[in-house]
Amino acid sequence: MARFIVRRTVSMVFVMFAVSILVFLIFNVLPNGDPAVRMAGKVPTETQVEAIRQEWGFEEPLPVQYWTTMKKLFTGDMQSYFTQLSVTEEIWKGLPRTFALAIGAAILWMVAAIALGLYSAVRAGGFSDRLLTVLSLIGISMPVFWIGALLSYYLGFKAGIFPNGGYVEFADNPTQWFWHLVLPWFALSILFIGFYSRVLRSDVMETMNEDFVRTARAKGLSERRVLLKHVLRNSMIPIVTLWGLDFGFVIGGGAILTETVFNLQGVGQYAAESIGQLDQPPIMAVTMFGAFFIVLFNGIVDIVYAALDPRIRLEGGAKA
Amino acid sequence: MSDGPLLRVEDLRVDFTTEEGVLHAVDGVSFGLDRGERLAVVGESGSGKSVTAMTLMGLTRSPNASISGRAHLGDTELISAGDEDLRRVRGKEIAMIFQDPMSSLNPVYRVGDQIIEQIRAHRDVAEEEARERTIELLDAVGIPSPAERARAYPHEFSGGMRQRAMIAMALSLEPEVLIADEPTTALDVTIQAQIIDLLQDLNRQFGLSIILITHDLGVVAEIAERVLVMYGGRVVEEGSLEQIFYDPQHPYTWGLLGSLTRLDRDRPERLSQIPGIPPSLISPPQGCHFRPRCPHEFEKCPEVPPLESRSGEPGQCDRCWLDPEEKRRRRMVDGRIGLAAAEEAAAG
Repeated sequence: MARFIVRRTVSMVFVMFAVSILVFLIFNVLPNGDPAVRMAGKVPTETQVEAIRQEWGFEEPLPVQYWTTMKKLFTGDMQSYFTQLSVTEEIWKGLPRTFALAIGAAILWMVAAIALGLYSAVRAGGFSDRLLTVLSLIGISMPVFWIGALLSYYLGFKAGIFPNGGYVEFADNPTQWFWHLVLPWFALSILFIGFYSRVLRSDVMETMNEDFVRTARAKGLSERRVLLKHVLRNSMIPIVTLWGLDFGFVIGGGAILTETVFNLQGVGQYAAESIGQLDQPPIMAVTMFGAFFIVLFNGIVDIVYAALDPRIRLEGGAKA
Repeated sequence: MSDGPLLRVEDLRVDFTTEEGVLHAVDGVSFGLDRGERLAVVGESGSGKSVTAMTLMGLTRSPNASISGRAHLGDTELISAGDEDLRRVRGKEIAMIFQDPMSSLNPVYRVGDQIIEQIRAHRDVAEEEARERTIELLDAVGIPSPAERARAYPHEFSGGMRQRAMIAMALSLEPEVLIADEPTTALDVTIQAQIIDLLQDLNRQFGLSIILITHDLGVVAEIAERVLVMYGGRVVEEGSLEQIFYDPQHPYTWGLLGSLTRLDRDRPERLSQIPGIPPSLISPPQGCHFRPRCPHEFEKCPEVPPLESRSGEPGQCDRCWLDPEEKRRRRMVDGRIGLAAAEEAAAG
């Protein structure tokens, strides 16, 4: 198992390297024209552009440019020429908010999806299963900006039960922190709950026909134990995959809509605002940052996989 | 304990509702199993042999299945038992091993842990104690370095080893009855022989009663004392091993024996087979289920022949209307037992 983790980590570093080259090419090389001009924002002066060109070394050969860009990204020495703020600092500021949103929502959607998916599979074909099928389709179909806005308007603005958007630091007031996040968590989770519970349902139903489940029953285990220990464990693999990817995506700024609707000021909202202002350095940084989290969680998923299914540890020929 | 057989099955019927109609998988099966007896249930695919066994374990229960009849194991009636009563019996008093050892163990848990789980589902023992017992069991079924192998995962076992592990698991609570559903079908021939020997040993050493479900008459000859021949959801013949092999009464049994190839005989020009296809269990033929494939059919056959003693031999029953002497004459084909071709049967 340890060797598996090491192997997986090494390959993650390689993937990150490849991703960073891609990001560099997409932003600085492929669009053609003068990267310094794009970098400088909407109405640059000639001196600004020249300064940027010097600073980023756009006259130098590509490998050097790549090196300079990466150095700027990772040392935090990158600023938005539009707001004059440090990009890294802005991301750091948004990070706890995005984390709070993503972690809470990821727990909520995973727990709810497992509960509903299992229930649906056990009652397959019955009334409650059909009802859940319809509900999950509705959940999948509702765009987050729409459900978010509705929740925020009716439960927040009109009924006054929840705050109408915004974010409170956990250290300042934990209750308010939680209260401010309830609607965003819910809004962000709905889609995933619907989707994951469908995937789990079909996988559980398939696993229930496996021979080893019959063996488990023949052993005289209780139905509950058969379901939770033998069926669910095997059916977790596909949704753990999805979960890792989606979680990485949300952390890496993917919850743009939720953050914006509820004005959480996280990384996603920062990305959205920067795109609106055609402010290139932060867009590039957030892209890099998002890719980093997706690769990271992909790696974590593979490791969780190996813990869930011992056969995966053998992949690649080396014994764990 | 009452006298009589350890397991008594009476008029077991299992119907499944399918999209095409009601499928009568088991159609009135009755038999008994004595303590320490080795009973083989023989029949082709779809004869109802596996469904019978699975029903005894409660594994066919589902909203689509309707099950009737009785099966007494000691004081428990298995068919009407509630889920909790059934749970307590299975694995503990009646255990089962399956055809495909490759897929019958859960791939994500260690082999030993799966056996420990079964022990602890029925007995209130500490994990360590259950582990010791597990290692003993793995040793008893011939798995080398059992303590180490108990920590291995199923994919690290060969097919034969997995079936041994399944047997160890089935035996973990010293059940009275072991149902083996085609335990050797998925294994190499040499491994088959080892598994059969193992089952023999367990029967001799511990007086374990065995129901062996198979389509392989070679395996039957090797292990069984008594044989049930099933066809189309019914028992068509029942008798001792000798009776079934040397004095078979039902034409289907003749056909089964006739389709065996034997090394001690001249090589036949073509392998003989029973003509036709197995009956539809949704709309089975009226009367004897074997009638459409039987060259000896006559006017009495559209009436269901009851399973009763006809041959005059004690313990032998069958479902064929033909006169026993007539049967003994007609079953000889080219000097050995077999099912005559239709023309020959008509001529004879």
